[in-house]
Amino acid sequence: MKVHVHVSLKPGVLDPQGRAIHHALEGLGFDGVNDVRAGRLIELDVDDNVSDEALDDMCRKLLANMVIENYRIEKLPETVGAA
Amino acid sequence: MAFRSAVITFPGSNCDRDMAVALEQVSGTAPHRVWHGESTLPDGLDFIALPGGFSYGDYLRSGAMAARSPIMRAVVDAAQRGVPVLGVCNGFQVLTESGLLPGALMRNASQNFICRNVRLKVENSSSLFTSEYNQGEEISIPVAHHDGNFFADDQTLNRVEGEGQVAFRYLESVNGSRRDIAGVLNAAGNVLGMMPHPERAVEDDHGGSDGRRLFESAIARLVAA
Repeated sequence: MKVHVHVSLKPGVLDPQGRAIHHALEGLGFDGVNDVRAGRLIELDVDDNVSDEALDDMCRKLLANMVIENYRIEKLPETVGAA
Repeated sequence: MAFRSAVITFPGSNCDRDMAVALEQVSGTAPHRVWHGESTLPDGLDFIALPGGFSYGDYLRSGAMAARSPIMRAVVDAAQRGVPVLGVCNGFQVLTESGLLPGALMRNASQNFICRNVRLKVENSSSLFTSEYNQGEEISIPVAHHDGNFFADDQTLNRVEGEGQVAFRYLESVNGSRRDIAGVLNAAGNVLGMMPHPERAVEDDHGGSDGRRLFESAIARLVAA
């Protein structure tokens, strides 16, 4: 089973990286970008019997730092005919 | 009585030797050198140091992988028994990631790696790491980091400040740390994390020796005990 873990900074936590990306976009001439926040996507391939609780535990214990980050677990549907 | 200390080395640590030299110079006894993959610490330690560097290449988050390495379980146990633990720079990041210290260390607000002497205020001179300093004293110690921007929520910051857990505060703009926190203690006072490098300021040839008294404080406490 493919699982995507989206890790993002909590609202209110300043994101220097996102701000730098924002400035760079403006420097390239892209108008109308109001804000940029950078996160992280972690792709997992896990056995089908791995529980939701275990996935949640992985996020809390390692994949996200709960002081500054939130996470969202997305289980991807099996692609029909995929190898 | 010999001062029994240990310096932990993770893959990517690069200040472990400096830390060991500083501890030996100030205490007169060479520290044990402990590799991250070990699961036990030497018996009867008086002091554990987590050095600076880029453990595990800063993968995932600075200090995140090192905080989950085998030796850190032993360090957490020792810290909970009251053994003094000092984390400098990457060592500070490891301590926050391991939950021994509050907060987190984020990318510097400027996005730049900062490497220079900074002025600090000794905010708490009654801890076992700072007793040889004067309360409110201004000192100068070098920083060298990319991820030193201390963050904690307001409630945590208020508690930490209220309990005297702020050991050092920046006296100048450095990295965007909330409330200019440069070094923070745990509630029990036996764990200190700080971004500035005291081990790089223990003799005059370093360009300053304001870091020396941090080690002298820990040693003085042992002698007094």
